[in-house]
Amino acid sequence: MAETKAPAERPLSPHLFIYRPMLTMMMSIVHRITGAALYFGTLLVAWWLLAAASGPKPYAGIGSFMNSFFGRLILFGYTWALMHHMLGGIRHLIWDTGRGFGPHEREWLAMANLVGSISLTVLIWIVGYLFIGGPR
Amino acid sequence: MPFGDMSTPLKHVRGLGPAKSGTDHFWRQRLTAVANVPLTIAFVFIVVALLGRNHAAVVQILGSPLIAVIMLLFIISVTTHMRIGMQVIIEDYVHDEARKLVMLVANTFFAVAVGLASAFAILTLSFKV
Repeated sequence: MAETKAPAERPLSPHLFIYRPMLTMMMSIVHRITGAALYFGTLLVAWWLLAAASGPKPYAGIGSFMNSFFGRLILFGYTWALMHHMLGGIRHLIWDTGRGFGPHEREWLAMANLVGSISLTVLIWIVGYLFIGGPR
Repeated sequence: MPFGDMSTPLKHVRGLGPAKSGTDHFWRQRLTAVANVPLTIAFVFIVVALLGRNHAAVVQILGSPLIAVIMLLFIISVTTHMRIGMQVIIEDYVHDEARKLVMLVANTFFAVAVGLASAFAILTLSFKV
């Protein structure tokens, strides 16, 4: 019997990095990243609700954090991630029906997802600022 | 083992495979996804409407029955959805069995803790009103 040799260097199936980046592929990756970000973003929601339930002082505490530049940056990112993941999810639900897989359709869906999420985020923040600026 | 069954006994022992519940994960993921769409839109409306209001007003609005129920549904659906989603991410990238198991347990703990804390806060608010 011949001696056991180390396994030959066989080619493995190509990984992500060998492909030329394409919009639909980037959107798939971003869908997962936004999902993971929203996972930890729920801590903000829980913190906000617990602060409101705890009383005026804790509520003012989270308010001052959210009003800081860093807080607003996180909130803006959270808004976009939420809108992007929601629209991306709707895209997946459309695919579940067996539609939207054609080359033009999937490109269009990817663009609509991106443009839609950015537009909705900006719209929400404009309305948000109008509300804060408005009468109380 | 019935004739023609090619699966190994290990599959039955570990109980971690998709045996008998293969579509359950998929179905729950889609079910909560569909629920999340209107609930997320409602959540954004609620948050925007509460921006800049004082604590008393926020308690009043969040604690009102309709808003409280919408918020509870949002929390339940979202934490269920995110637990399933993170499970897939862990199973995709973590291949060390012990580490994977720890992370899957931590994932469920996190989702349940966040969900329960949020739900508790909403209920507390509605009992204050």
